[in-house]
Amino acid sequence: MTRQAPAPTAAHTTTAALALGDDALVLSHRLGEWMGHAPVLEEEVALANIALDLLGQARILLSMAGDEDDLAYLREERAFRNVQLVEQPNGDFAHTIARQLYFSTYQHLLYDRLAAGRSPFAGLAAKAVKEVAYHRDHAEQWALRLGDGTDVAHERMRRACTALWRFTGEMFRPLDGLDLDPAGLEPDWLESVGGILGRAGLALPEGPRTGAWTAGAGREGLHTESFGRMLAEMQHLHRSHPGATW
Amino acid sequence: MATAAAHQTARTHGNAGQEGGIADETYQRVFDATVAADERIEPRDWMPDAYRATLVRQIAQHAHSEIIGMQPEANWITRAPSLRRKAILMAKVQDEAGHGLYLYSAAETLGASREDLLDKLHTGRQKYSSIFNYPTLTWADVGAIGWLVDGAAITNQVPLCRCSYGPYARAMVRVCKEESFHQRQGYELLLALSRGTPEQHAMAQDAVDRWWWPSLMMFGPPDDESAHSAQSMAWKIKRHSNDELRRRFVDICVPQAESLGLTLPDPDLKWNEERGHYDFGPIDWTEFKEVLKGNGPCNEQRITQRKRAHDEGAWVREAAAAYAAKHSPRTEVEQA
Amino acid sequence: MTDTDWPLWEVFVRSRRGLSHTHAGSLHAPDAEFALRNARDLYTRRGEGVSIWVVPSSAITASSPDEKDPFFEPAADKPYRHPTFYEIPEGVKHL
Repeated sequence: MTRQAPAPTAAHTTTAALALGDDALVLSHRLGEWMGHAPVLEEEVALANIALDLLGQARILLSMAGDEDDLAYLREERAFRNVQLVEQPNGDFAHTIARQLYFSTYQHLLYDRLAAGRSPFAGLAAKAVKEVAYHRDHAEQWALRLGDGTDVAHERMRRACTALWRFTGEMFRPLDGLDLDPAGLEPDWLESVGGILGRAGLALPEGPRTGAWTAGAGREGLHTESFGRMLAEMQHLHRSHPGATW
Repeated sequence: MATAAAHQTARTHGNAGQEGGIADETYQRVFDATVAADERIEPRDWMPDAYRATLVRQIAQHAHSEIIGMQPEANWITRAPSLRRKAILMAKVQDEAGHGLYLYSAAETLGASREDLLDKLHTGRQKYSSIFNYPTLTWADVGAIGWLVDGAAITNQVPLCRCSYGPYARAMVRVCKEESFHQRQGYELLLALSRGTPEQHAMAQDAVDRWWWPSLMMFGPPDDESAHSAQSMAWKIKRHSNDELRRRFVDICVPQAESLGLTLPDPDLKWNEERGHYDFGPIDWTEFKEVLKGNGPCNEQRITQRKRAHDEGAWVREAAAAYAAKHSPRTEVEQA
Repeated sequence: MTDTDWPLWEVFVRSRRGLSHTHAGSLHAPDAEFALRNARDLYTRRGEGVSIWVVPSSAITASSPDEKDPFFEPAADKPYRHPTFYEIPEGVKHL
């Protein structure tokens, strides 16, 4: 079709679009798993709102890289570029909130910067940053209540924050196609998450959070055990009817 | 018990009938006249105990149906075959949680508490619509639920927008407005399947075959066997009889099925020129009664999941309540 | 049971600038902050509002104007929540 190889910037844009799109798609799917199981009815509505926002972002981002459904339903596990954090199973409500707190704080910082930049993501980020501000706020409110509510909830929240900590370093590794280095977001992320956990009577967990030998090579297509099962469920119907329209 | 204190005050105040020595008959006359004039009864008005009890029962059952009704459709969220369909389905199931909330709120204006109503649901003392005791076995069932089950629900609910009890009527206005998208997405989903591959078409037909009769049962037993109908009609809680609404629904569905390219599983279905309605075959009321009694395919499963979500969420609700108690302005004043 | 202690809040929504807040319904929340957020999710997910008040027995809490964007804008891009999003063939009635 084209006479020359695609400009490197276009390929890089695709790389970044897949990475950010997969983050949103996978987290949306995990949040969708809560429907009908949330701890209180009001929270069914809140979690669904967040899941829908993320799915909307995913559809725009994946469409920048190709056909949204082909990408979501026909790629193998190793072709997904999301960070491992978002694919982690829901666990109890504390795990879900810890995952939301870690990810939405990162996503908010990232989109805020992208919105101010000149990359192809600026437009999407300007709109999505408002959605993500709300996700971050939701996670913060719940982190405070779980951390500083009852002893049982405090302990569950502490465990969840620790369990997911190892997956947080990956978010700050370089990503081609963005006009910023995610590493630059890390100090603000640590300050923000640390501040919230502090107010919740918790502390930033300790332990390693970088290096593929511990965790965090999702951007290279290495995922965790539960992810394959999640994809099997997500993709099976679409793949059972090749070429069908829905 | 923290809820609806204002409404409960209204109840004792009104029903005691002691203010100024006015007797209950006077209150009854005002109530009757309000209903007769097609005005709305509002929470702080006096109302007969039986009217209140009927409303609580009906609104609670309606609310329970919304939240149990989330389950059969949520069953397909993680498997929706396109991202567009996935977004639509999540938005729909979310609406059902929202509708449950509107309706529990309406019940609470009558002095009921949501916690108590949920407890009655979990222990089988209050019911939900039997339709949700049928399973969603294929993706097409999501379409059939939207088209037929939501279609039947809307037929039932539109008249409730004019129900004599204000908060219920207002909740129904909201619900009906939002549910029109539910029915259309179901129809559109089935249409895509019907016009799709032979396998997709067969999937759609199979779903309609399974959901048609249970949908007709949603209007409740025939008029001559319906226990609560007459009084509810007199109170203008209900505006049309079960059979009347069922007829209306069948008349609407037959041409829609034709345009879908699907058939309805009833050999007796045909237009009756004289009556101006479609005739349809006999409904299996034995099945209806058995499912209502708890013997449907999913009765056990639905309640178990609902109860599990509630029980497993207890520590979360407790944490939020404890946090609120610690951080309420009053506590700070007391501490200061 | 302590978990029954989420009080009821009345929700008032201003549907657009120039109109007053009107009663939209009620909900349960452990405190005012959550009552506002739950009200936003429940009563404005189709873009029905630009401002919310939640009222427990006597106190009133209002969402502040600068929270407007993240609170209410996301609802605008979910056209599939509205029936006009769906294409239905000509002549199909009562949908």
